Amino acid sequence: MTTESPDVEHPTSSLTGKARPGELAIRAFLFLCGAISIATTIGIVYELGKESLLFFQDDAVSVFDYFTETVWQPQAGSFGIWPLVLGTVFISVIAMLVAVPIGLLAAIYLSEYASPRVRNFFKPVLEVLVGIPTVVYGFFALTFMTPLLRSLIGSSVVDFFNVASAGIVVGILIVPLISSLSEDALRAVPDSLRQAGYAMGASKLEVSTRIVVPAALSGIAAGLVVAMSRAVGETMVVTLASGAAPRNFAFGEDPLLGYILNPFEGAQAMTGYIVITASGDLGYNTIDYNSIFAIGLTLFFMTLGLNSLSRRLVKRFREVYE
Amino acid sequence: MSVGAPEREPQVQRDYFPDDEEYKGFLAGRTRRARLFQFWALLALTTAVLALATLLYTIINDSFGLVAVVNERDPEDIVADLGYDPETVSLGEIEYDEMVGLLEESVSSGVGRRLEREQRFYEDRLVFESDETWIEICSSDEAPTGCTAGPRDSANVLALVQERVVVPDIIAAYELVPSILDPEGFEDEVAAGFESGRFGDYTPDQAQIEWRAWFSLTFLRSPASSIPEIAGIRTAILGSAWLVLITIGFAVPVGVGAAIYLVEFAKPNRFTNIIQTNINNLAGVPSIIYGMLGLAILVRVLEPITSGSLFGYSGADNGRTVLSAGITLGLLTLPVVIISAQEALKAVPDSLRAAGMALGATRWQTVRSQILPIAFPGILTGTILSVARAIGETAPLILVGAASFITVDPSGPFSKFTALPIQIFQWTSFPQVEFQHLAAAASIALLLLLLTLNAAAVILRNRYSRRAQ
Repeated sequence: MTTESPDVEHPTSSLTGKARPGELAIRAFLFLCGAISIATTIGIVYELGKESLLFFQDDAVSVFDYFTETVWQPQAGSFGIWPLVLGTVFISVIAMLVAVPIGLLAAIYLSEYASPRVRNFFKPVLEVLVGIPTVVYGFFALTFMTPLLRSLIGSSVVDFFNVASAGIVVGILIVPLISSLSEDALRAVPDSLRQAGYAMGASKLEVSTRIVVPAALSGIAAGLVVAMSRAVGETMVVTLASGAAPRNFAFGEDPLLGYILNPFEGAQAMTGYIVITASGDLGYNTIDYNSIFAIGLTLFFMTLGLNSLSRRLVKRFREVYE
Repeated sequence: MSVGAPEREPQVQRDYFPDDEEYKGFLAGRTRRARLFQFWALLALTTAVLALATLLYTIINDSFGLVAVVNERDPEDIVADLGYDPETVSLGEIEYDEMVGLLEESVSSGVGRRLEREQRFYEDRLVFESDETWIEICSSDEAPTGCTAGPRDSANVLALVQERVVVPDIIAAYELVPSILDPEGFEDEVAAGFESGRFGDYTPDQAQIEWRAWFSLTFLRSPASSIPEIAGIRTAILGSAWLVLITIGFAVPVGVGAAIYLVEFAKPNRFTNIIQTNINNLAGVPSIIYGMLGLAILVRVLEPITSGSLFGYSGADNGRTVLSAGITLGLLTLPVVIISAQEALKAVPDSLRAAGMALGATRWQTVRSQILPIAFPGILTGTILSVARAIGETAPLILVGAASFITVDPSGPFSKFTALPIQIFQWTSFPQVEFQHLAAAASIALLLLLLTLNAAAVILRNRYSRRAQ
């Protein structure tokens, strides 16, 4: 710009300032698109919060009881969240018990042992499992898993709607999630670590379980937490297979293993309650309508908590190799 | 070092090359454990395949098989009564007028009038209603759907004939594999059922044992029905098709726009950071929460828009329309679409951006004519895959109020609707065994739809990436 002489009109000076309304409009549109995601979050928090507030302002409901009572019976005016949380957490824990060993071992095999041909066979299978809609898994739970459990363990022990069937099928559903997230973490471990292990005379098992897995632990743990969050938010399998009755209980009175933690009886989960309530005739501003938002908000914070825990795990415990 | 080294040498040698029995046993144990572990890991992976195989087996096994059916009027007799040869002509092949005639003679006038008010049989004349009452009810405030909708088609009337004239009743059904391996077993079971009085008033000679494909072309073409024998998924397929259109129409422009903004325009400041974190957070929100958002905002607050009453459309009486559901699914897929479009845009080398700028193009001109064409195949694939995921979602649709029972095809964005996953959910939750077979058949249809979308993604990607080179 220093060479600019007063008698020559330089093109840039007039072009940079040129108004481009079309360009501006497009920029504004693109910005709006980006902002919609923020609006979605605000919308979720605002609506869930507003309706929950209405729920807690109702005379029949108290915030204290909501978080301490162990009976959920809207018809009788009991609104304690714990029976529904019990259902959700119980199913998720069974799902993790099924999915973690299978998913982790599958990931270790795919990343450390499998030849390219074996990988090319198994990876698409896992991807197909991810793509199957959850309502089909729900059908599977009800027409295959439940009858199977009942014939294996006895139909007097296993109810038609039960937590175990739902938990196992949710477990199958999150296996691909765990295996693909863990595999990513395992593959990110540099080969030099493996070579060092072999040079010390370690076997493949020792290299895998004592070097690679510990090195990838933060990524694996983060993946497991994400899978747990997915299981907590899972809806259709839970609604179809584990029944529509909350498992109300009273500590001290009900037997812990025989009833409260019995996997072969039904227990409605939070998502199950929301779906069942919403599929009936639901009038606005009724206590039922407001209650699903209060439960939705609780669920939202549970999954949000798990997801941010996962991100924090990655950040805090990640081993950085070069 | 130098002083002590010679004395220790022999000991070191023995430690370096152990060959006693204890060591060999230890080595064998290590090898065995390693093998065992590899076996278990492979077994875990095989479990995944086994799970998929079992799931598909369950669905297919339930979609075909032997049934015992009792008809009020045998379709062959009906066709013969009309003067056709029942050997060559099936009930579906008779004339439209003849089907309506069958209805006229079998259905009470009250039911007939109700059917006509729901949807009329002929454009130019009425069958059950008189002209005066028709004008009267159509000019009233609560005019039924038959006043505005077009006439029924032959598939629709055939379903009515099945439902009202033939009235089939499936009293027992068998799954595919036992039907093939042990057909006599089914006959015995039916006979035993008659003996125990389980089938009520029916007599054994009324029952016909025949093969039934629950998943068939008729099943795909028939509208929904509360009678499982004739129920189909035509309404649900059309509902899902509308959802695909609206979801794509919303999520693609907005998602790709947001990705372009974040990758090409946004400055790396705090606000951009917030948007990015927010998108990652949204991707982890359970789908049912999106359903609640759709219910509270789209169905309730924006009811004038989503029911179409703002635009003078009066067909929907609330916001529980296919438009609300489509946008809800669009919001649900948005984070995934944005993330995959961002990946595609980031994969375009920076040199192209620099080249565009060097030629004097503005940022948008560079994006439009340089970056987008190259990133297009990647964006497209990512988008279709995430939309395919959304189409299988059930919970958000239940929340925004997809009607479980609808027999009229959706005709526009403001229609009430049902969708394939909703239909599967409904049928699965019914206790009668016939509905279980219907749910299995509908699952096949849904999986085929998803397969088609996925295949389309792959084909489009291949075609465009070849053209780009």
